Amino acid sequence: MIYFDNSATTKVTPEVLKVYEKVSQRFFGNPSSLHYLGTQAHELLESARAQVAQILHVKPTEIYFTSSGTEGDNWLIKGTAMEKMRFGKHIITTQIEHPAVAHSMDQLEHLGFEITRLSVDKTGQISIDELKQAIRPDTILATFIAVNNEMGAIQPLAKISEVLAEYPTIHLMIDAVQAIGKIDLPLGNDQRIDMAVFSGHKFHAPRGVGIVYLKEGKQVAPLLSGGGQEKGQRSSTENLPGIVATSRALRLLTKDEMKKRQHLAQLTQKLREGLKNLPYVQFFSTDKGAPHITCLGIQGIRGEVLVHALEAEEIYVSTTSACSSRAGRDSSTLLAMGIVHEEAETAIRISFSEYNTMEEVAQFLQAFKAIYRQLTRIYEK
Amino acid sequence: MINMTASIYLDYAATTPMDISVIEKMTDTMRNHYGNASSIHQYGRNSKKLLEHARKTVAEYINALPEEIIFTSGGTESDNTAILMGAHARSDRGRHIITTAVEHEAVLKPLKRLEAEGFEVTYLPVGITGELDFEHFKEAVRQDTILVSIMSVNNEVGTIFPIEKIGAFLSERDILFHTDAVQAFGPLKIDVKKAKIDLLSASAHKIYGPKGVGFLYKRKNIAIPSFMLGGNQERKQRAGTENLPAIVGFEQAVCHMKANRAQFNQHAVNLREQLIYELNHQAINFQINGNLSQQVPHIINLYFPNKLAEQLLIQLDLKQIAVSAGSACTAGSIKPSHVLQSMYGDQSDRLMHSIRVSMGAFTTEKDIKDFVKVLKEIV
Repeated sequence: MIYFDNSATTKVTPEVLKVYEKVSQRFFGNPSSLHYLGTQAHELLESARAQVAQILHVKPTEIYFTSSGTEGDNWLIKGTAMEKMRFGKHIITTQIEHPAVAHSMDQLEHLGFEITRLSVDKTGQISIDELKQAIRPDTILATFIAVNNEMGAIQPLAKISEVLAEYPTIHLMIDAVQAIGKIDLPLGNDQRIDMAVFSGHKFHAPRGVGIVYLKEGKQVAPLLSGGGQEKGQRSSTENLPGIVATSRALRLLTKDEMKKRQHLAQLTQKLREGLKNLPYVQFFSTDKGAPHITCLGIQGIRGEVLVHALEAEEIYVSTTSACSSRAGRDSSTLLAMGIVHEEAETAIRISFSEYNTMEEVAQFLQAFKAIYRQLTRIYEK
Repeated sequence: MINMTASIYLDYAATTPMDISVIEKMTDTMRNHYGNASSIHQYGRNSKKLLEHARKTVAEYINALPEEIIFTSGGTESDNTAILMGAHARSDRGRHIITTAVEHEAVLKPLKRLEAEGFEVTYLPVGITGELDFEHFKEAVRQDTILVSIMSVNNEVGTIFPIEKIGAFLSERDILFHTDAVQAFGPLKIDVKKAKIDLLSASAHKIYGPKGVGFLYKRKNIAIPSFMLGGNQERKQRAGTENLPAIVGFEQAVCHMKANRAQFNQHAVNLREQLIYELNHQAINFQINGNLSQQVPHIINLYFPNKLAEQLLIQLDLKQIAVSAGSACTAGSIKPSHVLQSMYGDQSDRLMHSIRVSMGAFTTEKDIKDFVKVLKEIV
């Protein structure tokens, strides 16, 4: 069995799972309770927060735990809109955001906000000039998917930060769900980025925990209101076992991070090398993207057919993102990149984790080539 | 199972320890069924199967259809979704909402938000016994009432509200009926069809399940917009990768509850009787807040005229006894309980002299005995 669908979700590592089990059994108190079990739970929660903050080079008071990346995106976008609508109702984003961002934007548009969705080039990157032109006096938020989830394009965060340095009142947000551990993230007090969204289950933590970075002093209205947890910014009983396990998973992810990134890049390079001589294979991602995602297709073959053919060999990949897989939609990212519908339909996404091996890539290549020969036989002669 | 040596946990209404069978189910799911339930490959399909199985189990427990269950991140999200989205879905028909003064903050806070948006909210007070006056409720209903949100069981005193009567009354009037059933789901038999409930919130961590998962029951044919936007999970009703291990854990907690409900409730009744007996036996000066005959057996709210709740909590805490004043969420400092306030008025001595004791499956007779012994020393 080869699992190359790590951008959809990852397997919880045994060490992280053990943390989850242990915290569930030993620290079951409600962190908001005033008694010792609550205090113990609260202390543990705060130490997890401190650890996450340290890894991300931010302050513990700037870290909030949510239930998912989706919640983080929904919260920061709608929360910024609600908080800042009296200053303006214009928002800048891109055409290749995750649905959690894209649909939140659609909703705000219905409520009277104006959304500028920046186009991307063939590599999936925005144009800095277009960004500069899009900024208006009433712009309140600019948000970018740091690493695209369907084909791995990296947005030029340094240049974006430079442009927005001149507009300090615009909340600058990144959706870093696919980026964490894979590229450098310029976070911290001396950086321009105000907000970032992460999801634990993309880095071998249990599902049900997201992380939000919200820079000190930046105001965002809460999405979930109630008991006043997370300093009133995110009500709901804290999922302590999940949170502690996620902080451990983040620590494991960022241990020897450079070596791991290199490993991922080697896997991807081997994959690309192995397929580049197949004339009907089309790469949709460039070799300049995130090290763990490759998007490609075989001309004339629907992505779904390829996914199932690989599955028969016990190799698991996906057609672009898991969220849209069931809906059977085309990849909206690829269409935004100017790829025609017929080609976009062929796309599959191969996404690695640090635990994948060169051996697995070799096995994949062998299986892929066999499938390729079978599927493209009709093209010969 | 839990490391509670020499400690007494009497705060089950705040949260419960997970049952060991729940932890086992969850870890097994994380180890063996880690596919994304939205993925089309076999791993995804297996996860999807488990997800739908859990949905069916949970639905059956409240006599709902599987497609009427939307899994969420917890009671707070379910309450927020029902109230904010329910109100917005009906705002073209009116802007009046009815609730009680004793709801959980996860209901009251979103209502405050709606008030700021121009909705009008009637907060029904409760009587001295904690009960809702049904006639009073009926009088509050107006032509422009679009939503009623009334909890099934109060979290601080344990009062059971007449949900079936309210549901029957509202079903003839095309008014959305939401109930926060976070404290009721599990110990009480809930039949959403019989009670004519439109929206119901529940949480797993109050019934020996994991934190971070709950559900919103939404009656078929009722349309409310989605709160979390993004992927197409949960029939486009709630975006976010499905938290399968927690959902499977929730299912196990429901199965565990279903199999043991009668026994748990009898256990709670016995413990409560014992507690009152011991308190009387030790000649401790106390009174019960509310009316026990209208309360769930595992929650009891006690008034100690001679002792400030804050002091009591600290002293109990030093003896490793966990109880609470009010709900866990009113975190940080002890504020006077809005529930007792509604029952006894702003000036009542009870506001600063009462604690909530909530018992559960792992509470023993010895726990109660020891608790009262310690109380005797400090009260």
